[in-house]
Parts: sequence; structure tokens; C-alpha cells
Amino acid sequence: MSEPRPGLRGFAQGMATTFKQMTKRSVTAQYPDVQPELPPRSRGVIALLEENCTVCMLCSRECPDWCIYIDSHKETIPAPPGGRERQRNVLDRFAIDFSLCMYCGICIEACPFDALFWSPEFEYAELDIRDLVHEKDRLRQWMWTVPPPPALDKRAADAKEWTKASQAGAEE
Amino acid sequence: MNVLEVVVTLLLVLIAFLTLPLLVGQMEHKAMAHMQARLGPMYAGAFHGVGQLVADGVKFAQKEDVLPERADPVIFRLAPVLGLLPYLVAMIAIPLSPTIVGIDSDLALFFVLAALGVAVLGPLMASWASANKFALLGGMRQAAQLVAYELPLVLAAASVAMAAGTLSLIGIVEAWQPWWLLWQLPAFVVFSIAALAELSRPPFDMPIADAEIIMGPLTEYTGLRFALFLLGEYAGIVVFSALAAVLFLGGWSGPGPEWLGVFWTLLKTLALAFVVIWLRVSVPRMRADQLQRLAWVVLVPVALGQLALTAVVVLA
Repeated sequence: MSEPRPGLRGFAQGMATTFKQMTKRSVTAQYPDVQPELPPRSRGVIALLEENCTVCMLCSRECPDWCIYIDSHKETIPAPPGGRERQRNVLDRFAIDFSLCMYCGICIEACPFDALFWSPEFEYAELDIRDLVHEKDRLRQWMWTVPPPPALDKRAADAKEWTKASQAGAEE
Repeated sequence: MNVLEVVVTLLLVLIAFLTLPLLVGQMEHKAMAHMQARLGPMYAGAFHGVGQLVADGVKFAQKEDVLPERADPVIFRLAPVLGLLPYLVAMIAIPLSPTIVGIDSDLALFFVLAALGVAVLGPLMASWASANKFALLGGMRQAAQLVAYELPLVLAAASVAMAAGTLSLIGIVEAWQPWWLLWQLPAFVVFSIAALAELSRPPFDMPIADAEIIMGPLTEYTGLRFALFLLGEYAGIVVFSALAAVLFLGGWSGPGPEWLGVFWTLLKTLALAFVVIWLRVSVPRMRADQLQRLAWVVLVPVALGQLALTAVVVLA
């Protein structure tokens, strides 16, 4: 598009621009009728893979607005023959208050055990703000909507895990 | 003409009066939307929002009837009616074809212009009766604009009447020849610009400039009265477009058999209405001094020059 001109030429230019635009297809997103095609890594909602959680509390401590609530208790596993008793953490409550969450994703970055994931689902508006606290069952259900991680770009550096694994293989 | 004929004629005019503005309004919704890379209304009605204006009308009818405390109640209530009815009256005299016309009068052009002159009083009355500073400002602007543009409008119309040698609209179309398109081109341009200004349509919408003075004379209006003003605006577009089509574009003259004439008039009218919408989307609003300058420095001299040219050609 060229610079707007003053006077009659500018007038003609403006008229031409609007008319040309009218002949083109509109790009309006027809959202409720047509679901948007969201890019992978869209920050819609946070999903919890409960099985991976060790109740280390890193996520809730890193959370800038303290919207993650975790309750747990310790459980003693009876000693196997020839061994000794072990203790492990059992998750009682894991809740994210999405009315406070600012979608920074720090909890997901901080989780050392890959228990938290981004899901692109975004349609979970509620009529009551208290219903925006998603308990662990609901967070677990979001896991089914988490897309597989996108493939690396061409010529991108290898994933950290891959590099480490191959280094370990070379040392052996 | 017996009574039945009069009733049927008036009924047909009323139907045209109620449908054509809606058609133009819908065209504005959709054409403007697509010019702005939007879709416009899509839900109301069965197909691409065809029922949107009906839905708007129902909404307006449901709204509370607000009368400002210090408003002049009689004038306040009368203004929307006066802003709308003259267009209905004007429509009676505008012919769609030699046979399809409410009243065939030898003074039709004079009658239509007189009726349109009354229509512009509606917003002025609304502005004064509202007892609102924004309404008053809008009314002042409107008055200044009307004073400036009524003159070139009438002069341009007079040029065609002089060329045809009659004030009858049917007579003007029958005298019309294709080369008048060139001969009366300045008058056509002047008439179109002045008509836009009379209607306060963009780029001449300074009286209602919503970013500056809310809604000008319509600030205090809601509900059905506001809807009447809106309908008046679109009826005005229809009337002025039809008048311009009849005066300058040869009305029902066009290729094809004679019965197609009505459609030629309607087609020309709708094409002009489309240009009105197109201008609204493309051109920014003019300032007060630019408005006055355009009227007095450009339009009035051009209209007078056209009048002189017409006189010379007619007498030669």
C-alpha cells in the first residue's frame, strides 16, 4: 500500500481501497461456530499428571500469585524382606485457582518431574468465581487434551535429554 | 382518481417507504462490514443476518421511553415524526416509471424539494427541545450546514429543470437524453454532495459527530423515537438517491423493454445509495470550516456556472 495523498487523488485512493477490500474474503474468526486453530504450546489451561507428582511443592512455591494449593500426607511402605521401611508422599489435594492464575507457566517450568503441562483448552468460564478453582480430578482430566509436543524445528539444537543420553552412551 | 385508487396508491407508497430504507440499511450493514474486512450481522434471520434490522426494531420498541426533565415535551415528541414524515410525503411524488407514481404533478420537483426542506427541521427541533448542551451544539452545526448546502442543492436541481423546461419529474425524465450525463455532470456532482450534507451522512456528519458531541441532536433520544430518526436517515438516502436517479441519470430510460423501466430506476437508486454507503466508509469527517468552504467556495459557484451553461445551451 502506498502513502496516502492529499486532495482528489487521495480521495480516489481511499475509495479504491475500500472497494478492493469489499471484494476480498473477510478474515473474521467465526469462533463459536468454528473452533480456532490454536498453535501448539497455546496457554489455555494447566493440566496435572497426578501420577508424576511427588509433592515437592516447587510449583506452589514458585507461583508468583500463590494460586496452587497442595495438601499431602506421608505414607509408610512396609519393609520388603531384607529391606527397611520407606516413606513416600501421597497427594491429597492439588488445586489451581484459575481466577488468580496469570498463565505465566512458571509452575510448568519449575516442575522437575513433568507433572504439569499446558493444554490449549480455553472454554472453562464459570458463572461463580469459586468454580474456577480446579481440583486435582479436573486438572487430571485436562491431561487428555494436552497435545504431543511439536517436533523440533529443522536444524534446531537437540533436546537436552537426547544430548545427555547420547553423551552417557559415548562415555560407556 | 376515486377513493380506492388513492388508498391503494398511498398503501403502495407506504410499503415502498417501509421496505426500501430497510434494504438500504441492510446494504449498509453488509457492504460496510466487508469494506472493513468484517462480516457484519450473521445470525439474525435465516441467511447472513437478513433479519438484523427487524431485530433492531424490536429492540428499540422494547426500550424505555425517556423524556428528559427539562425538555420541551411537545416539541421533543414531535421532532422524530417531523424528521421522518416529509420523506414519506416526498416519496409520493417521485416516479419509478411514467405509470408508477403516487401523484403526477407539474410541480413535482418543487414539491419534493419543499418536503425535503421540512424534513431537515426534525433534527433542529430535536436539538432545541432536548435541553442538552451536546444536542444544542449538534443543532447549531446542523443549522449552519443546512443553510450552506440548501442553496447548491436547489440550484443544481434547477439546472436540470431548466434543461428539461419543466418541473414535472416525469417530464424531466422524458426530456432526458444520454448526453445530459456529461452536460449536467457538474450539477449531478453538486447535487450529490449537497444531498449528502442535507442528510448529515459522512463525510458531512459533523452535526452528529459521535466522537465529539455524542450523537448531536439525537443525544437524548432512545427507543422508538431514536428508531424513527434512524429510519428517517435511511428514508432520506432512498429519497435523495431516487431523486438524483430521476433528475440526472434518466430514471427509467435504459436498454430493454419498457416494462423493465421500474427496475432501471430502482437499480440506479440503489447504486446511488451504495455510493452513499461507500463514501461513509472511505472518507473522514470534514471540519466546520472545510464544510463551509466547500459549500460557498466550490459548490455554489459550480452550481451557478452550471446554471449559466444550461441557460446558454437551452437558448442556443
